[in-house]
Amino acid sequence: MSTPVLDRPSTEGHDDARPAAGAFDARALVSSLPAALRKLDPRHQVKSPVMFVVWVGSALTTAYAVLDPSLFTWLVTLWLWATVVFAGLAEAVAEGRGKAQAETLRRTRSETTARRLLDAVDGGPRREEAVAATALRRGDLVVVEAGVDGGVIPGDGDVVEGVASVDESAITGESAPVIREAGGDRSAVTGGTRVLSDRVVVRITAEPGSTFIDRMIALVEGSARQKTPNEIALDLLLSSLTLVFLLAVVTLQPLAAYSGQAQSIPVLVALLVCLIPTTIGALLSAIGIAGMDRLVQRNVLAMSGRAVEAAGDVGVLLLDKTGTITFGNRRATALVHLDGVEPGALADAARLSSLADETPEGRSVVELVDASRGAAGAPAEVHPGAEFVEFTAQTRMSGVDLPLDGGAVGTGARSLRKGAASAVAAWVAASGGPQVPSDDDSELSRVVRGISASGGTPLVVAERVGGAPARVLGVIHLKDVVKPGMAARFAQLREMGIRTVMVTGDNRLTARAIAEEAGVDDVLAEATPEDKLALIKREQAGGRLVAMTGDGTNDAPALAQADVGVAMNTGTSAAKEAGNMVDLDSDPTKLIEVVAIGKQLLITRGALTTFSIANDVAKYFAIIPAMFAGIYPALDRLNVMGLSSPQSAILSAVVFNALVIVALIPLALRGVRYRPSSASALLRRNVLVYGLGGVVVPFIGIKAIDLLVSLVPGF
Amino acid sequence: MGGLSDPAAGFLTIAALVAALVLVHAPLGDLMARVYTSSRHLGAERLLYRVAGVDPDAEQRWPVYARAVLGFSLVSVLLLYALQRLQGLLPLSLGFPGVAPPTAWNTAVSFVTNTNWQSYSGESTMGHLVQAAGLAVQNFVSAAVGMAVFVALVRGFTRSRTDRIGSFWVDLVRTCVRILLPLALVAAVVMLLGGVVQNLAGPTAVTTVAGGTQTITGGPIASQEAIKELGTNGGGFFNANSAHPFEGPTAWVSLFQVFLLLVIPFSLPRTFGRLVGDRRHGLAVVGVMGLLWLGSVALAVWAEVAGSGAAPQAAGAAMEGKEVRFGEVLSGLFGASTTATSTGAVNSFHDSFTAAGGGVTILNMMLGEVSPGGTGSGVYGLLVLAVIAVFLAGLMVGRTPELLGKKISRPEVTLVALYVLATPTLLLVGAALTAGVPSLREASLQDSGAHGLSEVLYAYASAANNNGSAFAGFGAATDYQNTALGLAMVFGRFVPMLLVIALAGRLASQAPVPVTAGTLPTHTPLFAGLLTVVVLVVAGLTYFPALALAPIAEALS
Repeated sequence: MSTPVLDRPSTEGHDDARPAAGAFDARALVSSLPAALRKLDPRHQVKSPVMFVVWVGSALTTAYAVLDPSLFTWLVTLWLWATVVFAGLAEAVAEGRGKAQAETLRRTRSETTARRLLDAVDGGPRREEAVAATALRRGDLVVVEAGVDGGVIPGDGDVVEGVASVDESAITGESAPVIREAGGDRSAVTGGTRVLSDRVVVRITAEPGSTFIDRMIALVEGSARQKTPNEIALDLLLSSLTLVFLLAVVTLQPLAAYSGQAQSIPVLVALLVCLIPTTIGALLSAIGIAGMDRLVQRNVLAMSGRAVEAAGDVGVLLLDKTGTITFGNRRATALVHLDGVEPGALADAARLSSLADETPEGRSVVELVDASRGAAGAPAEVHPGAEFVEFTAQTRMSGVDLPLDGGAVGTGARSLRKGAASAVAAWVAASGGPQVPSDDDSELSRVVRGISASGGTPLVVAERVGGAPARVLGVIHLKDVVKPGMAARFAQLREMGIRTVMVTGDNRLTARAIAEEAGVDDVLAEATPEDKLALIKREQAGGRLVAMTGDGTNDAPALAQADVGVAMNTGTSAAKEAGNMVDLDSDPTKLIEVVAIGKQLLITRGALTTFSIANDVAKYFAIIPAMFAGIYPALDRLNVMGLSSPQSAILSAVVFNALVIVALIPLALRGVRYRPSSASALLRRNVLVYGLGGVVVPFIGIKAIDLLVSLVPGF
Repeated sequence: MGGLSDPAAGFLTIAALVAALVLVHAPLGDLMARVYTSSRHLGAERLLYRVAGVDPDAEQRWPVYARAVLGFSLVSVLLLYALQRLQGLLPLSLGFPGVAPPTAWNTAVSFVTNTNWQSYSGESTMGHLVQAAGLAVQNFVSAAVGMAVFVALVRGFTRSRTDRIGSFWVDLVRTCVRILLPLALVAAVVMLLGGVVQNLAGPTAVTTVAGGTQTITGGPIASQEAIKELGTNGGGFFNANSAHPFEGPTAWVSLFQVFLLLVIPFSLPRTFGRLVGDRRHGLAVVGVMGLLWLGSVALAVWAEVAGSGAAPQAAGAAMEGKEVRFGEVLSGLFGASTTATSTGAVNSFHDSFTAAGGGVTILNMMLGEVSPGGTGSGVYGLLVLAVIAVFLAGLMVGRTPELLGKKISRPEVTLVALYVLATPTLLLVGAALTAGVPSLREASLQDSGAHGLSEVLYAYASAANNNGSAFAGFGAATDYQNTALGLAMVFGRFVPMLLVIALAGRLASQAPVPVTAGTLPTHTPLFAGLLTVVVLVVAGLTYFPALALAPIAEALS
């Protein structure tokens, strides 16, 4: 219930000490009470028009209660104030969840001393000076060394010299260290993280106060929160509803006076407060804060709430093939032996030639052969006298030379080679074996072409024993393996109306084969950063919002252009600057969860607004008969709940209105349940639960409270 | 025709009406869509454009369109006011003097805003010239203005990245020339055949069977009657409106009138569907309208036939204020339809309806005249409410809300929020002032208690929503009411209209959002149901306290 339910194919490994999303208990309410009371300040209240009306109404009722005290008036006054406090409480609880986390982050930031490099004087060695981390400016060079001052990196920057392993658990919660090195796409380091080994020189890229940690603190505390576009629009709608009800209640008084039963101020205020959408008004900002918090819990930092909202609207997802859709390394998936070759011989040769091959492809060949043999037949061990031939870009082959039955290697007793078809063919031909033209119709050519056409990579295996000409044994089928579950995930996205486009540098043929297997909707092959940017602009011109992930500097323009650009934390500073979100786990598939969180945020707002408005039906049935049954006894037929007395009915409605805010705080914080499905299915479910539920629940709630209130003497 | 009070005959009457509407709405809706999309100008139209100095091919930005609507309406008010004031000096006055200023202002505003509230008795105040050249002309053009604004709003949805929403002059002229005039001509002939009077005769004094003297006024009634219903105007030639035997001589003519006042509002959704390129959207809109209308008809007819209340019980049927030739069913049907369409013509007196039946007529107007509402104004009103429905629904499916490929964000919500505020403000403030200020109350209220309050609510609901019918007990002919109701009509007509035109401009300037599986379909029964609930809830929540003190208190007693 607590998180957007999306099947996650990859298992997450990081141990997270922070509270899980949706964690909520009664203690949080109590501990947030002081903060909630501080929010009674009208300068704070005025930010939410709905709650400000309640505030003014409460003040008015208080004045009335002082001048003309009665138990009923005081109780109504008390609960009206409680309504205001509960609204503050919701916001305080949401903010409080980030506070503890912010404290931890602050500690990593405070009192770090930096070793700033001074400009070299007369070509001599550069000197260092010790300065406070807060004194660092953009462009400063600092030295960070393991074991010195705890190895804490004083500010955000790029490594410009050296390589080091860095513990980033302070921000990612991931305890395994990562490598950061000068140059390339893994040069960015974050202030507050620790160098565990070696020494690096870092160029500072952020001014103090605007570092990553600073922004993160502001985010988790909710202090940097600005209202998002949809939130502003909703606020407007709620304000106009409030005005309508204000109008209805203000004009009711002359009509009531005409009818012969003018109402007291507390009763009119009670009616007004019950009618205006206080439930959503009170929870609106808590929902926003909690939405950002849910992202933080998943180690994604959104630089603005606008980006989170945009994520819910995304129409196109650009996903890099490598690492996102596929495992990123080609793996051996099949061995195809030629006619007349023992399958075992091919397997043996493939395995032997790969034993020393430490590349992922080489290891995957060994794994494939071992797996297919299972427990039967112990694998042949490498001969102690074996000599391995490494793969080079020139030869485009690797292999092994084995001595025959302990003979000397020099004669080339048994040579095994695997590699690109043309390279191996040349090797075979050179040894006196048959010529294999690339365009003939031989069995080998057919197999090689077949594998290529399916998007795979053929590795031809050949063997030469003694002085005899070499012969081809068969072909290893290497292919990019799509991560399990991706096709199902893309199907979910399609159902949500999101098109996925796979971006890859591969040629069209390979790209199309992978795309088909993964079930993506479209593919951008042989993609350059410019192609990517052009694709984004094209989609946007068609009115679609585009989301993408990226880490390299050359991704920066596309990240900036995309509506939702998620930069990987391992990426360069340029990428992180350009994107509007940073994923601390550097997991490109997380984009899908970001979309779900964006949607969940909007759904929560919509659902609680609907609930809030639907509640009014029951409140009318409670309050209107209570107000006017004196002059029109027939109106008591509208008292369908059978509330015990007019005063009890009004008080019960006010109490329910206040309590429902508290009851819904957990829902506001964790978000309503979201399961990717079609828009109609989502609407049907939410209208049923929050619309119909919103009509029914208050009837029950007000009746229950009335049963209790009627026990109070005088009611 | 006495058989009409029989439930089976009543059911058949309504079924026949629905069948006729279903049959006609498709060709008429398609025809109107062609009128608004055609690039050709008729000869008569060209002549009009040349006389007015308008370039028919120059489209307008929304502020210009809005200025054209307001300017045209202002000139209309002034002309109609002058015509009434100067009546005594002009021919065909039948000897009536100039109309007094408050009445003339009220009447001018009333006919220009398509309200056609009548604080005068037609047969004893207006001569043929004012009736035919003033009121009847406004019957045409005020209806056409509403349809023009509707078309402008639809262009907002169908166009993108443009600041042009069409030409008001072309929309106005085409609506009159190609839609209203031909239809009115046919309708007038049918009514002539049905016995509605059409002549230029003055009042004739006759001696009745009982020996008394009676003055009978003739006039161009059938021609005026046709557009009165077609244009959802409702301003009768006679004070008694369609209950008068010259206006509504027989039951079937009365039924034909109900058909006429419903036919354009119920056909425009089809036009809407055609114009946006997906008939299903039109079906969803007409579904919502039809549901609300049928519901109110059923309630009103049931209330009148059941005839609860002390007087009807004593009399055996709720026939007070009803014509015997129409009976309860046709009276209930007419009452519900005329209030649901912003027409305001009557064939019986709503003031004399049972409390529940009268409540239905008030509630119909309070819904904002969207079930199916006035010509043009009904559809644009419902589309504005659809924006609200789609805003809530859109959030609930996790996307920035969209309607017909246009994003509903802050500027759109602002306009819609103001639209929703406008009419209730006029209605409630107006009613509260009359009920709350003793001198005003005493000057206008015939009844006390809940029924008296119903009369006040009815008057302001009728004026603010441009309906024009009245609860007879309400004395509207005071200077204050003439002025206040006139203001309610002006603001109730033009504030929402301006907001709709602005919304059209805003929507037209947007880039379209493509439809995907994640887009909330707005043509499904689910969404239509949601929209129906939004219509009912918005009105219900706003007016429930006021209604509780008036028709509800009365009906439950």
